[in-house]
Amino acid sequence: MLAACGLTSTDQLFGQIPAEARIHEALNLAPGISEFEIVDYFKGLSDRTSNGYASFLGAGVYNHYRPVVVDTIVSRGEFLTSYTPYQSEISQGTLITIFEFQTMVCQLTGMDVANASMYDASTAVPEAAMMAVRITGRHRILVAKSVHPEYRMVQETYAKNQGLPIEEFGYDAETGQLDLADLEAKLSKEVACVIIQTPNFFGIIEDVKKAAELAHAHGALLVATFSEAASLGILAPPVDADIVAGELQSFAISPSYGGPFAGIIASKEKYIRQLPGRLVGETKDSNGNRAFCLTLATREQHIRREKATSNICTNQALIALMATVYLELYGKQGLRELATQNLAKAHYLGTKIRPHFSGPYFNEFVAAAPAGKTPEGINEALLEKKIIGGLPLGRFYPELSGATLLCATEMTKRADMDTLAEVFHS
Amino acid sequence: MNYPESYRYTKEHEWVSLDGDTATIGITHHAQEELGDIVYVDLPKPGAVLETGKSLGSVESVKAVSDIYAPLAGEVVEANELLATAPEKLNEDPHGDAWLVKVKVADAAEFNNLLSAADYQTYVGAES
Amino acid sequence: MIRKVRSHITQNEDLIFERSSPGKVGYQLPALDVPEADPSALLGAANVRGEIEGFPEVSEVEVVRHFTRLSTWNYAIDLGMYPLGSCTMKYNPRINEAVARLEGLAWSHPYQPESLSQGAMEVVAKLEDALCEITGLDDITLQPAAGAHGELTGILLVRAMLEAQGNPRKRILVPDSAHGTNPATAGIAGYAVQNVRSNDQGMIDLEELARLADEDVAALMVTNPNTLGVFEENIMRAAEILHSKGSMVYMDGANLNALVGVARPGDFGIDVMHINLHKTFSTPHGGGGPGGGPVAVKKHLAPFLPVPRLKRLKDAFAWDYDVPQSIGKVRAFYGNFGVLVRALAYILAHGGPGLRNATVDAVLNANYIRHKLAPYFDLPYNRPNMHEVVFSDDRQSAKGVRTGDMAKRLIDYGFHPYTVSFPLIVHGALMIEPTETESKQELDLFIDAMISIAQEVDEEPAKVTSAPHATRTSRVDETTAARKPIVRWKP
Repeated sequence: MLAACGLTSTDQLFGQIPAEARIHEALNLAPGISEFEIVDYFKGLSDRTSNGYASFLGAGVYNHYRPVVVDTIVSRGEFLTSYTPYQSEISQGTLITIFEFQTMVCQLTGMDVANASMYDASTAVPEAAMMAVRITGRHRILVAKSVHPEYRMVQETYAKNQGLPIEEFGYDAETGQLDLADLEAKLSKEVACVIIQTPNFFGIIEDVKKAAELAHAHGALLVATFSEAASLGILAPPVDADIVAGELQSFAISPSYGGPFAGIIASKEKYIRQLPGRLVGETKDSNGNRAFCLTLATREQHIRREKATSNICTNQALIALMATVYLELYGKQGLRELATQNLAKAHYLGTKIRPHFSGPYFNEFVAAAPAGKTPEGINEALLEKKIIGGLPLGRFYPELSGATLLCATEMTKRADMDTLAEVFHS
Repeated sequence: MNYPESYRYTKEHEWVSLDGDTATIGITHHAQEELGDIVYVDLPKPGAVLETGKSLGSVESVKAVSDIYAPLAGEVVEANELLATAPEKLNEDPHGDAWLVKVKVADAAEFNNLLSAADYQTYVGAES
Repeated sequence: MIRKVRSHITQNEDLIFERSSPGKVGYQLPALDVPEADPSALLGAANVRGEIEGFPEVSEVEVVRHFTRLSTWNYAIDLGMYPLGSCTMKYNPRINEAVARLEGLAWSHPYQPESLSQGAMEVVAKLEDALCEITGLDDITLQPAAGAHGELTGILLVRAMLEAQGNPRKRILVPDSAHGTNPATAGIAGYAVQNVRSNDQGMIDLEELARLADEDVAALMVTNPNTLGVFEENIMRAAEILHSKGSMVYMDGANLNALVGVARPGDFGIDVMHINLHKTFSTPHGGGGPGGGPVAVKKHLAPFLPVPRLKRLKDAFAWDYDVPQSIGKVRAFYGNFGVLVRALAYILAHGGPGLRNATVDAVLNANYIRHKLAPYFDLPYNRPNMHEVVFSDDRQSAKGVRTGDMAKRLIDYGFHPYTVSFPLIVHGALMIEPTETESKQELDLFIDAMISIAQEVDEEPAKVTSAPHATRTSRVDETTAARKPIVRWKP
């Protein structure tokens, strides 16, 4: 091949790189290792984690069972090793799975349109806020303090660099729900959107309708987010919101130390052209057969460049496919049963450890450590029993520094809940 | 294609017709041909104030977006609602039914500074 | 002649909603070991939803067949070469998938105690170290979820650094050959974009650059090798021009596959860059994600990197949130960790020498294609290329056949199309990137296919302009899709 290129050495391939820009010593990286050694190395790392522990952590990342079929499908090379489906003729497989994904996201959230997925909820939320800014022509953003702290941190990074003023409003110390009076006091004609989460970070279900009424009365949009998608199996969808931006990690996406996940963004029909990211649409091919393709591409960066609705290129196709397979396996009945089981487990735990807030909760709740104990101390004691306790809230909410966030899912065993309660109260 | 004599044209491929102090603005046959199948038209709302040479909206084909520049200054009195549901009209009848906006002009003299039908056609010929 | 493929039967398949029938399920849950819950009593009747209208009801085998049938309608690297310029579609080793699924890594919770996360944190540490060594930069964040997200992070770092100096500045310079994400990113980060014209060689024009560079310029965003697949030979001089005005040089790492083990951005004047793990480091594209977009920086930008930073203590790793000048977080938790595992496995498998070999092969493959196809297609910038080569359709468009038509015809020959109409500075571009994982046999099949298509353009152009002919779906009406968008199924 070198000869075919008129060359005699591979070094000549790099002749165009000025000598001073080239490296003259080998990279300081060890020589390659075999497959067996790679497995061995990563198994060693895997053993130096929480492997074998029961866990009561939720807080945006949930332990739900992952049916075997999910990996059967996503491991197929035709899904795993294909590119973004720009070439419709040879990408119908991916396009149809995304179309089904968009449809199910709409069915679950009660929205009219949904895109092909986002990186995760923490990045979907600021994209939703930017959408609201474009739609309303306003700049101010109000965020509930009960929205996931990491989503709020990402929102702040995005907002401060776009000159969007951002303000938080509080939660009711009794119920754990939105402090609607605080929200109303902070609403004004400058507010583009109000961002709330339901179930919120404390696991409590919010009154979306009331929040929407307040936002709309001031001409602002309501953005609703969620981190526990399994709740949608039983909870009324947030139909009063204008934009829904959430996280699908619960649907067969392993926690994987925080990612990759799949976020969603969905909205009312009239905002379709303001949606960021990719969209798949139905059409026909030249033979008149039903076919699918990426559509409304003019919103996107590769065409609109600096005027694009977002700089995002990718969706999370393979991860969204996990959620798609999962939702089709569980279906109408399974999703409801899944949600009801989660509800039952968490409320069993709630009979053993008293929830700190009085608002209705789904599968996680805040609990105050008994007098004389700290959440951290309780967690230390639990580790000895191979149990990872809840998330101590002090790092995100100084006012809740004596409290912990506990989660139970369909995977949580009654015996572990009993042990947790025992250690908690002992 | 017929480029009406009574219209005036711009090098950005817009046309203007004037009736009293109300101008109707559209894009030319040549422009729609260059753009290909038009799928969406983004127009300003009535009341919007246009500045000469500034973008007043955009026209989209499947894989391109083109700004439409205001040929003259004024206030939008009407946007063509037909185009919201039938953007393909812009391909079919760009000089007629598929006008974009009607504008109350600030200075009618601006109209006279635009290209005549003959000059525009010469320009388009030269451009291609 | 079409040698690589012939047609075969594919199954029909409806949308899942159309296959659905009441009462079917494809899941199992264990019996509850706690008392049952009454949703209305616990949540309030108004908070409980009714049945989800139109939601699927199918059995497990139906789900498996559904997706398996659909999968056969996709092209994939596992089926053959994917010469998509700028996308670095290389083979994805399955070992990477296996290790990412190891229980302790796949089921680690981001909030679990650090004492129970040391294995996961070591993945982060090792990958950080390897990527700094490969790029020649001083520090890095693995938090961004994809290339475009990395770009945004990188530009925010520049803004934060300039702001700390007292003036965030106003403009970002972007060459006209750049990827569309570059100007989009600059816009999202609150900067005005100024285009820089390329010179007649398609390269950065130093005079033009010197004219535009002033103290309002925050950064220049370059891609190197550029989108023509050519190394910007004046990159160091360009960096000097920017640095003399206090501006930063951002590198889009889309084309890093041409440089690993050969040249390091940190050595040729780059201050900050993103890396596409799904390109250079072979984490699978997965039909459009997930990706990974680490951002590597020189020392002067390090204080601004996102939190948390990984701290290397004497005998443990720890997350550090106390970084006063940090831009904050760009994504929850620590980024796409599962993607990081795959990238690290790829790096360990290759090792230093193997990574360099991959680069050599990638560049050799692209040069081989250029030499073999040059007699048939116009080379607008005829000079040695690196990992990709850009032709134009000048010769073929004279016969009424455009780059997009030939790309579609390539499908009939069993290949994925090359990148069409990009970079914009080449009229009717055919952008071809073979990557190192294609054998000479596969390259020769591809070259034969391209030559055969060039002949078809001469002899029977209509065959090319109406392609593809062998696919189960023919050309798709994208116009109707965009005019009357149907983006969800309805009963």
